[in-house]
Amino acid sequence: MLENLFNSFPLLGILADSFPKILIPGLTVTIPLTAIAFSCAMLIAVAAAIVQFARVPVATQLCRFYIWIFRGTPLLVQLFVVFYGLPKVGVRIEPFPAAVIVFSLNEGAYCAETVRAALEAVPAGQLEAGLCAGLSYLQTMRRIVLPQAMRTAFPPLSNSLIAMVKDTSLAANITVVEMFRATEQINARVYEPLALYIEVGLIYLLFSTVLTWLQRVGERKLSAYESREG
Amino acid sequence: MVLEVNNVRKSFGQAQVLKGVDLRVEKGDVVAILGPSGSGKTTLLRCLNFLERADEGTLRFDGEEFRLGRMSKKDAARVRKKTAFVFQGYNLFLNKTALENVTEGLIVARGIPKAEAEELGRRALSKVGMAEHMDQYPSQLSGGQQQRVAIARAMAVEPEIIYFDEPTSALDPELTGEVLAVMRRLADEGMTMLVVTHELGFARTVSSQTVFMEGGVVVESGPSKKVFECPEEGRTRAFLQTGGLERKE
Repeated sequence: MLENLFNSFPLLGILADSFPKILIPGLTVTIPLTAIAFSCAMLIAVAAAIVQFARVPVATQLCRFYIWIFRGTPLLVQLFVVFYGLPKVGVRIEPFPAAVIVFSLNEGAYCAETVRAALEAVPAGQLEAGLCAGLSYLQTMRRIVLPQAMRTAFPPLSNSLIAMVKDTSLAANITVVEMFRATEQINARVYEPLALYIEVGLIYLLFSTVLTWLQRVGERKLSAYESREG
Repeated sequence: MVLEVNNVRKSFGQAQVLKGVDLRVEKGDVVAILGPSGSGKTTLLRCLNFLERADEGTLRFDGEEFRLGRMSKKDAARVRKKTAFVFQGYNLFLNKTALENVTEGLIVARGIPKAEAEELGRRALSKVGMAEHMDQYPSQLSGGQQQRVAIARAMAVEPEIIYFDEPTSALDPELTGEVLAVMRRLADEGMTMLVVTHELGFARTVSSQTVFMEGGVVVESGPSKKVFECPEEGRTRAFLQTGGLERKE
């Protein structure tokens, strides 16, 4: 019966046929790329934020410089410089790792600002109380200040993560066969651009929807220590 | 002697807030620091625990001598482990329960095993009447309850001295009583305390020594009974007569 339906509407057959061919690169490339790059970005962001928050000399200036560069230039340009440009000076990086590097550094720069703002929103008394309790500066940051800052930063960071899932489509330009490039390759054979690009768009939407839902669950968990009476 | 500071000086930009303060606290003393707003009493307390870096001054604490102007992080941390601080705004760790607030310094800073720390924490919390609230977060507690947890946090580490920075100034009048009662009990148990306060009643009845500060200097100090009953300085007398009623700082 399904067979009949596909025969009378060939487009449906193409969509059904392409669906796994798009979804699988989504699950094996888009999601791992996002997950790895975003994890690295978080490490970079927290480190760069704490360095600035603590006003570590020299390192603070280096962080400002890094953030300035990566926020001030297009992501696509950064991808091209690393993948097509660096081989000129003998640095050859495979497409996937190149994408991981660029997305980590780019996202890290944005998220560093988010985390820094969140650190500064934690009342100064929290740090003082930690020091007075005998904790070291780093212990206080890790156990008291940072957890509170991450609660504040969680919604904007979730935003960044959702944006990043979609931005990974730019990796198609440096030959990473993620969801979007997989779609382009199918389209080159069957030429159904409207249907296929809508289809891949819907799969991105599905991924984002799952993340939005996870964000809500995460926010509920993190708000455990906040007043319930409001 | 627990603590002695000499010639503490501190400026914020052009404003000289401490103009050479000397202070001595004996073991078991409860020292009240009184004075009008802007007299430098809170700054003095914050300099003693290195929350502000004094420009000058020496600190003798627990048999060691330190220069306040060039205190190393390591020395500061070492001294802080033998002291405790109660803030005007409580400053409980907002992401920790009442019990975790008390045990944090024991476990993380002093390396006491968790089970033992929790036992000490529970004991400290029941001393301040907060045992049944030990699993609640600060946002679920009233101001008076939070301050009592803060006092439990301070006493649990068995410090040489507890600094109190206007511990009741942020509280509604009906809640100050419960906090003062806890402090009174702590004083009776022989805890050494240095208390910046506006509560003249507390200073008069609980503290053994009273220090009156104004304009960044100590105007008068001595046994509380004497300072309250026959102050030598006109400024002290004037302040006590108005009831120390400049509450805002």
